Amino acid sequence: MGNVLTIAGRELRGYFGTPIAYVFLVIFVIMSGVMTFNLGNFFARGSADLSAFFVHVPWLMVVFIPAISMRLWAEERKSGTVELLMTLPVSAGEAVVGKWLASVGFIAVTLAATFTLWITVNILGNPDNGVIAVSYLASLGLAAMLLAVGSCISAFTKNQVVAFVIGVAASFIIVTSGTPIVLDAVSAIAPKFVVEAVASLSALTHFTGATQGFVALSSIVYVVSMIVFWLFATVVVLSARKAD
Amino acid sequence: MPPSNLSENSPLLEIDGLCKSFGPVKAVNGISLNVPAGEVLGFLGPNGAGKSTTMKMVAGFLEPDEGTARICGIDVCEQPKEAKRHLGYLPEGAPAYGEMTPYGFLKFCASIRGLKGAAGKQAIEQAIERTALGPVVKRQIDTLSKGFKRRVGIAQAILHEPKVLVLDEPTDGLDPNQKHQVRELIEQLSKDRAIVISTHILEEVDAVCSRAVIIDRGVVVADGTANELRGLLKDVENPSLEMVFHHLTSGDVLPDVSGELAGGANG
Repeated sequence: MGNVLTIAGRELRGYFGTPIAYVFLVIFVIMSGVMTFNLGNFFARGSADLSAFFVHVPWLMVVFIPAISMRLWAEERKSGTVELLMTLPVSAGEAVVGKWLASVGFIAVTLAATFTLWITVNILGNPDNGVIAVSYLASLGLAAMLLAVGSCISAFTKNQVVAFVIGVAASFIIVTSGTPIVLDAVSAIAPKFVVEAVASLSALTHFTGATQGFVALSSIVYVVSMIVFWLFATVVVLSARKAD
Repeated sequence: MPPSNLSENSPLLEIDGLCKSFGPVKAVNGISLNVPAGEVLGFLGPNGAGKSTTMKMVAGFLEPDEGTARICGIDVCEQPKEAKRHLGYLPEGAPAYGEMTPYGFLKFCASIRGLKGAAGKQAIEQAIERTALGPVVKRQIDTLSKGFKRRVGIAQAILHEPKVLVLDEPTDGLDPNQKHQVRELIEQLSKDRAIVISTHILEEVDAVCSRAVIIDRGVVVADGTANELRGLLKDVENPSLEMVFHHLTSGDVLPDVSGELAGGANG
């Protein structure tokens, strides 16, 4: 555990040691404002809640999360620091979890930076702050899951652009797998139980439920098992490909 | 060479029949070496001979297809984390996190190695002093010259006073003064440690190495002191190491003589 936190701490300081953190934070906050007020018609809705914001969060994540996860391992492999890290007395699991944890911490900071929206609705009316808090947690859970997927993709390649593009595609499929976009394509080639299995993997279904205040145990199990699976896959991919 | 079955006398680093293939290419094909305390072993060979691959396997970065390495008697493949505690390793090209300062980077490595608080501070300061990094400790590693970057890598490798040091081209990119400094440092460190350095520079063998091993196409073709290697060219008067190197690695190996010396490495 000590090693995990040491690696996470170094990594998190690394975000703020480069322009990445500041560019990402500022653009994410601007985009979330644009989405909420322009596309979400925040004022015209006349309702003191943040659903105009949270309805756009999964789509923001599809683009923004791979921009963070793409560098997790691709950069280490490109610069050769992966050899340094893996020859220190740490296990691959500790390194994978530590770096992923730092990326989750960074997204937590980014989400916290949208707090002005929360203050705004409290000034304008009396929102259900419990629902908003759960929605923020659901956003972080969605981000943590997509970061785990992106971590695995990043371990496959030394090229960050490749990791980004595949990361966007994978995130899009995971978010939309319960919608006709994916289900129509699957039902054309697979039996019904496969269609249902794919639909149950949809992040959007779980996320929308949470933003309406319904947190099902199945959603928590879904997020945790996705994270565990993809981080484990990262360890496997990394062990096989780190020296290529 | 001490027999390896005597535990108190057994060498600090034992390389035991390492093999590694990349696709159809056998990069390392059965390399065995023992390095006792006090020895500085020079690892020589043309590019692509398998030097770095061997070192990566010793450091636990690459899994060997066959064979293993033992650091202070601990098997790298079976107990990688434990073995790595006793090893200082400078990877090829001295990679480091460019956005960090040397101090921050060394602090991270010390912390991973369990050196925290006062002990960590002392270890970092000693490593900085030994590698003469003082003037640049607060600058970003990305902005440092090649020589300083190399020394940051060396500082990281010696930070925890490891019993076994494996340095892949420690003097590459250094100017003659810096090379001299690093060689002096290696000599100082060698007293109770086993050190392996790879190099292209044959003069380095005379300068710091108590023993040299030449490898070619994944196998050991010669093993001995610099003078023993020179002795391999019997029909030449005062042969240089360069001539020996050229002779042994151009595919024109003297089978009887080199076989005899290389055989000594398999103990």
